[in-house]
Amino acid sequence: MIRDITIGQYYPTESKIHKLDPRTKILGTMLYVVSLFLVNNLWIYIGVALFLGIIIKISKVPFKFMMKGLKSILFILLFTILLNVFITPGETKLVEWSFITITLEGVLNAALMGIRLVFLIIGSSLMTLTTSPIQLTDGIERLLNPLRVIKVPAHEIAMMMSIALRFIPILLEETDKIMKAQKARGADFESGGIMKRAKSMIPLLVPLFILAFRRADDLAMAMEARCYRGGEGRTKLKQLIYKRRDAIAYLLLFTYLGSLIAARIIL
Amino acid sequence: MEIIKAQNLVYEYYSQDEVDGADSPFRAIDGVDLSIEKGGFIAILGHNGSGKSTLAKHLNALLTPTSGSLFVKGYDTTKEENIWNVRQVAGMVFQNPDNQIIASIIEEDVAFGPENLGVPTEEIKIRIKESLEAVGMTEYRKHSPNKLSGGQKQRIAIAGVLAMKPECIVLDEPTAMLDPIGRKEVLKTVKRLNKDEGMTVIMITHYMEEVIDADIIFVMNHGKIVMQGTPKEIFSQVDKLKELRLDVPQVTEIAHELKKKNIDIPDGILTIDEFVEAFSKLK
Repeated sequence: MIRDITIGQYYPTESKIHKLDPRTKILGTMLYVVSLFLVNNLWIYIGVALFLGIIIKISKVPFKFMMKGLKSILFILLFTILLNVFITPGETKLVEWSFITITLEGVLNAALMGIRLVFLIIGSSLMTLTTSPIQLTDGIERLLNPLRVIKVPAHEIAMMMSIALRFIPILLEETDKIMKAQKARGADFESGGIMKRAKSMIPLLVPLFILAFRRADDLAMAMEARCYRGGEGRTKLKQLIYKRRDAIAYLLLFTYLGSLIAARIIL
Repeated sequence: MEIIKAQNLVYEYYSQDEVDGADSPFRAIDGVDLSIEKGGFIAILGHNGSGKSTLAKHLNALLTPTSGSLFVKGYDTTKEENIWNVRQVAGMVFQNPDNQIIASIIEEDVAFGPENLGVPTEEIKIRIKESLEAVGMTEYRKHSPNKLSGGQKQRIAIAGVLAMKPECIVLDEPTAMLDPIGRKEVLKTVKRLNKDEGMTVIMITHYMEEVIDADIIFVMNHGKIVMQGTPKEIFSQVDKLKELRLDVPQVTEIAHELKKKNIDIPDGILTIDEFVEAFSKLK
């Protein structure tokens, strides 16, 4: 059923990572991503891999779910590695054949780059796997809140995200309905080249847009009828409160970051 | 005590003529006087385009009168500063259940109204529990609205309104998009709220079967209230209702037809039980 699709890739289970405050996870992921760019040595990567491995273990999310995220960037990954192999200049030449030169530095650089990308994707998909979209929205709203001083519409961004989450499955179902109705009258969405197929989508998009606008109008009225008047003076059912486990998580994160910087200086 | 009082209410809107582009005013509501007592079950009937939905939107200050006056619990709806009070007092449930559920989890949707009113978190939790109990949906608290039936979604919409602690609920054709089972569910919930909790209910509909338990029925046509009275009084005028393109309940129609054939049966029979009783008294 099209209604059962889940948005994002949340993997629901009970774990210490799942229970963390979404803010901790968002900030933690950002710190982790920054930390990856501090690494310039294969040996330190072993430390990062250990750190990541421990967190994956605690999160109880099967490893194959992380690999799913990797599949989507496989092309970019290969492209980056190959590019790095061929264009990095260096002293020790491994292969020299007409215009192609492969240097030792190039191979090492490519390996570093590849590992960095893989770690980046695994780390950030760990966040989306352990945080439900609603929690993510709440977390983003709270994190953006201080930016309201420079006129960042934190509440509005979060409200738009949560409405989008609510309506994506409904619009998908509607698309399905319109497609079936048009197929019943002889429309052809499956055959022909890419241009022909793209063209056959136009009669699908027009009614879909009209319906979406109509829905938006209805929803706006329903929200107004329930006294919605923006983020001003609004209370929240789910308040985000930092707990002890978040303090521990932050402590661990900074220890990780600290030891990474220390390792970079020493090695 | 009167909770809603309208005097000579008029609402006009401009619709552009597609041929010559001229604006011509259209009177959707044309001089309506309305007085609704607290705690009543009021039904407003009318066929499509009779102005009944436009009237409903006035009760929630989504629309404001072009002329005339409308007071909801003493608040003048034309005054900007009263709008939020009016909307808190008179909650509104719309026709399409999908387009009025805002959050992707039931309890968060029910919390939406109280959150907007600035109710403290602890109080919101109590209100969610009470409202979901009132519509019999407690077990779905953590569910996603996408997997519910139409009737269940409409009950969630009612719970969302109840959580704002209104004194009156306006339902604008709440059953029009539901199947018969969903329709029954919603109707049962609404009736229970009216009987047990003393909630003032204003039900806008074109299904006659839904209004036979109402205290007062208003029938609208061309923006005017053309009939007003108890269900018995209204449904005893079968011919007039037909003129207004409204159906009457099946039993009422049978009784009416029998009467035309000179069979001595009383006017305004609304339920099968009443009909059986009256019919068995015949000699």
